[in-house]
Amino acid sequence: MTDDASPRTLPARVGRRIGALSDRAIAWLFVAPTIALLLAINIFPLIWTIRLSLTNYRANRPNLDVEWVGIENYRRVLTDPDVWITMQATAHFLIWTIVLQVLIGFTLAWLINAKFRGSDLWTTVIVLPMMLSPAVVGNFWTFFYQPQIGLFNYVVAFFSGVDPSSFTMIGSVTLAPWAIVIVDTWMWTPFVMLICLAGLRSIPASIYEAAECDRASPWRQFWTITVPMVLPFLMLAVLFRGIENFKMFDLVVQLTGGGPGSTTELTSINLKREAFEKWRTGYASAQAVILFVTVFGMASIYVKALNKVKER
Amino acid sequence: MSFSVTDPSPRLKALAAVLVVLYALVTIAPLLWIIATGFKSPADSIAYPPKVFFTPTLEGYVNLFTTRSRATPEALAELGAPTTWYDQIVRQYDMVISGPSRYGERFLNSVIIGFGSTFLSIFLGTIAAYAFSRFKVPLKDDLLFFILSTRMMPPIAVAIPIFLMYRQLGLSDTHLGMILLYTGVNLSLAVWLLKGFIDEIPREYEEAALIDGYTRFQAFVKVVLPQAATGIASTAIFCLIFAWNEYAFAVLLTSGTAQTAPPFIPTIIGIGKDWPAVAAGTTLFLLPVMVFTILLRKHLLRGITFGAVRK
Amino acid sequence: MRSTFLTTAALGALCVTGFANTAQAEDLTLCWAAWDPANALVELSKDFEAQSGHKMNFEFVPWPNFADRMLNELNSGGKLCDLMIGDSQWIGGSAEAGHYVKLNDFFDANGISMSDFVPATVTGYSEWPKNTPNYWALPAFGDVVGWTYRKDWFERPEIMAAFKEKYGRDIAPPATFAELKDIAEFFQGREIDGKTVYGASIYTERGSEGITMGAMDVLYSFGFKYDNPDKPYDMDGFVNSDAAVAGLEFYKALYDCCVPPGSSNGYMSEGIDAYKSGQVAMQMNFAFTWPGFEADPNVGGGKTGYLVNPAGPDGEQFAQLGGQGISVVAYSTKQEAALEYIKWFAQKDVQEKWWKSGGFSCLRSVVEAPDFAASQPYAQTFLDSMAIVKDFWAEPSYATLLQATQKRFHDYVVAGQGTAKEALDGLVADWTETFQDDGKL
Repeated sequence: MTDDASPRTLPARVGRRIGALSDRAIAWLFVAPTIALLLAINIFPLIWTIRLSLTNYRANRPNLDVEWVGIENYRRVLTDPDVWITMQATAHFLIWTIVLQVLIGFTLAWLINAKFRGSDLWTTVIVLPMMLSPAVVGNFWTFFYQPQIGLFNYVVAFFSGVDPSSFTMIGSVTLAPWAIVIVDTWMWTPFVMLICLAGLRSIPASIYEAAECDRASPWRQFWTITVPMVLPFLMLAVLFRGIENFKMFDLVVQLTGGGPGSTTELTSINLKREAFEKWRTGYASAQAVILFVTVFGMASIYVKALNKVKER
Repeated sequence: MSFSVTDPSPRLKALAAVLVVLYALVTIAPLLWIIATGFKSPADSIAYPPKVFFTPTLEGYVNLFTTRSRATPEALAELGAPTTWYDQIVRQYDMVISGPSRYGERFLNSVIIGFGSTFLSIFLGTIAAYAFSRFKVPLKDDLLFFILSTRMMPPIAVAIPIFLMYRQLGLSDTHLGMILLYTGVNLSLAVWLLKGFIDEIPREYEEAALIDGYTRFQAFVKVVLPQAATGIASTAIFCLIFAWNEYAFAVLLTSGTAQTAPPFIPTIIGIGKDWPAVAAGTTLFLLPVMVFTILLRKHLLRGITFGAVRK
Repeated sequence: MRSTFLTTAALGALCVTGFANTAQAEDLTLCWAAWDPANALVELSKDFEAQSGHKMNFEFVPWPNFADRMLNELNSGGKLCDLMIGDSQWIGGSAEAGHYVKLNDFFDANGISMSDFVPATVTGYSEWPKNTPNYWALPAFGDVVGWTYRKDWFERPEIMAAFKEKYGRDIAPPATFAELKDIAEFFQGREIDGKTVYGASIYTERGSEGITMGAMDVLYSFGFKYDNPDKPYDMDGFVNSDAAVAGLEFYKALYDCCVPPGSSNGYMSEGIDAYKSGQVAMQMNFAFTWPGFEADPNVGGGKTGYLVNPAGPDGEQFAQLGGQGISVVAYSTKQEAALEYIKWFAQKDVQEKWWKSGGFSCLRSVVEAPDFAASQPYAQTFLDSMAIVKDFWAEPSYATLLQATQKRFHDYVVAGQGTAKEALDGLVADWTETFQDDGKL
């Protein structure tokens, strides 16, 4: 929109009309489309999911009568041993990815914070995997995990001396849960690292200088200054990783497809099978609601704790 | 040894540098390997031990962009000598190129849906963020949590009602449907990030403009927008990367017309484990994001934490 | 229901005007799996394009994603495909949900008779409900699980001698599963031409239908039955009979002893790879792979033998049906042109050409021709196999039933959890629950 535009051109006319509006009207005009779209794509589906979860609806059988079944679907989900198995698989994945990513991520951040020459360049290199498409990455890691010809197996074999065709990361019941942890850690450690780095850089040098004056040992400085100051940042990183990995789908579905058997069938993969392969829409909706409530509940409690830590 | 951030000893610095570089090399190795595999012949790609040095070939890229069919010796003889370099590559396996593959279309879909949803998210996000930033915002403190909560639903769970909704509206497997969906998902991020950027622009500039006789709208367009340009650009890149990488919705809601590259790339492998073609497709798909990541490195943290951490 | 009505109206119009008047040239899209036969169909369809003026587009999806994506497409009412060569088990769901156009009137109007097609394929690919004259597809591609073996290895003197020494009999193509396992064990880990080879490649894929197709192929011959022949859906004692348990245990034993490393998630294409690369002595796979082996430089030209699925311990012998019929999608706006394609495809000379180019025709006049059995090394094996086929449930709830089976079988065979009895008992429970939900029990 330019000043000298003829008054007949549409943008200027609209511009003038909007320009003449009150602040209050502008506020509403600007916010309304966003609210509408968020309602349509986020809130409305949630309500519909809750409704569906109380029926026996199946999306692939449009001609079947839909009946209200009350909380039957919820009862079924919660008493289904398979659902608990997928919860265990998710917990294993969640806990180990967070532990490894926090340990490695924090260490890396601490090392990078030494500000050696070229640290910015190497930080950028480390960050790369994080921004890539998880599904495409997962698909390609199956190549690295091939027995015999895969790069991963070759490297492990090279350093340990075992036969590279003697183990298969995504085909073995004991190794597959670790195969997905390894790839997720490779991808997302930089995320934790970046946040920790921001935390480390937020600590004013004066605090350390004061500690030096008090002759506090480096060890003591680390535990009494560095760790508490970085903790809120670290907790935030854990929150993000926790939510993301609780709903993990794309990376793992491409890597293992939930197999072998159901050893890496995370909650979202199981949900996809129920909703879009078995087409038990009602049942899957109940599962979705339970998942959402779980994440929401855990995150709420966690955010409260996080705020407490921040206030300290 | 000191833990102080102010002056690490040179020895510590060197040690840190060695460890970080080592980690960086390990982390980048798989990516380099993917890129290299794209230039290998199928035989080299599955050689044992894995080949670091090999004769590069464009076979993977040719296979990525074409469909080929086996031809009988007679048919080949009839065709005569191959006329182009890509014909030549295909002919050595007694095959002929029968047409283009779907990769180009899928890549284009990714571009259309990625840019379409980014444009829409940024347009809606910027005006909403401005309103949130400058006018009274209800429940301001809970906003981050609300925004976060829209991302707590697993995409598969959201996809159930969206699938039914799109089936009713005829939006399944359409560009418009995917653009609207990705806009809806990205909007929370866009609003929140942009609000942060606009908050940082001093109100005094606008107030001065208002005193000069600008309307509120003119002040927004002529004063605020130029100031927020960097923020808008980096937010746009985040939205673009999300839409570019998204898999779960794409695999469930598209089947052909509007299918993007992520659900398509895993299906390139087909019969015969053509890893170089998969690697080529993967490389072309990942490279733009790598470039954007490098461009974006200063604002990376802000984007991935929904603006919760600002450096 | 609305689409069915429209279809009937459209068909009525067709019968009156005939096909000659459908002057408008359309862009038709045919959806199928991405595999060798699909490429052959592309070539074949060029004749149709030339004759009709319509243009054919193809959407081929690899097998592991095929059912998932195409059922999703159908269930979302998508217009991507005008013609669908859908898997045999989709027929019930697609008929009841109205995804496919019912073809009876069209067949009658155009003189296409289902009695001209191999009976097993008509039942398997076209009918719903089964064994009633309600047709939703034209049998397009006959397929069945069978085995290939390395004839050249079996004929090597040193192999023959070593086998005879170990087992006291001559090595021969296995007629029973017990023999098959002996041979697989014999080859497992053996050095041939300086390469370590393995016994057999079998289906283990988890995501779509792989391990079910493979294990069922064995279980049928061991005596597994889907339900009580006298009482439909009565499964206890049939699905989990002692014979079925023995069959599943056999499949696991075969997986544990005789497959190449990293075979935990393999289906058709992994089998082809393992076999063509000379990794395995025997391979379980659908018949569609056979023309490709004949043409292959490594295993073609007489090096490969073809086997009907072996018999079980009690001499029973069945094979898992594969293959598909071609249907018109009810959501398509170009149904007339799509029907024209089916009419063209059903012609005898087109079917003959289809067989020659690697497509397994289901037309009786093609497969019953006197020179058919000798036309290809695998032709007789194909015919014999098609005579003993069984198929998985084709119920509208097939996907639910299949996914339950995939999980039970993979958990037991590949992940080694529980016993075969527990897996099959669990399967009875899963299937019973599904049929109860459907109101059939």
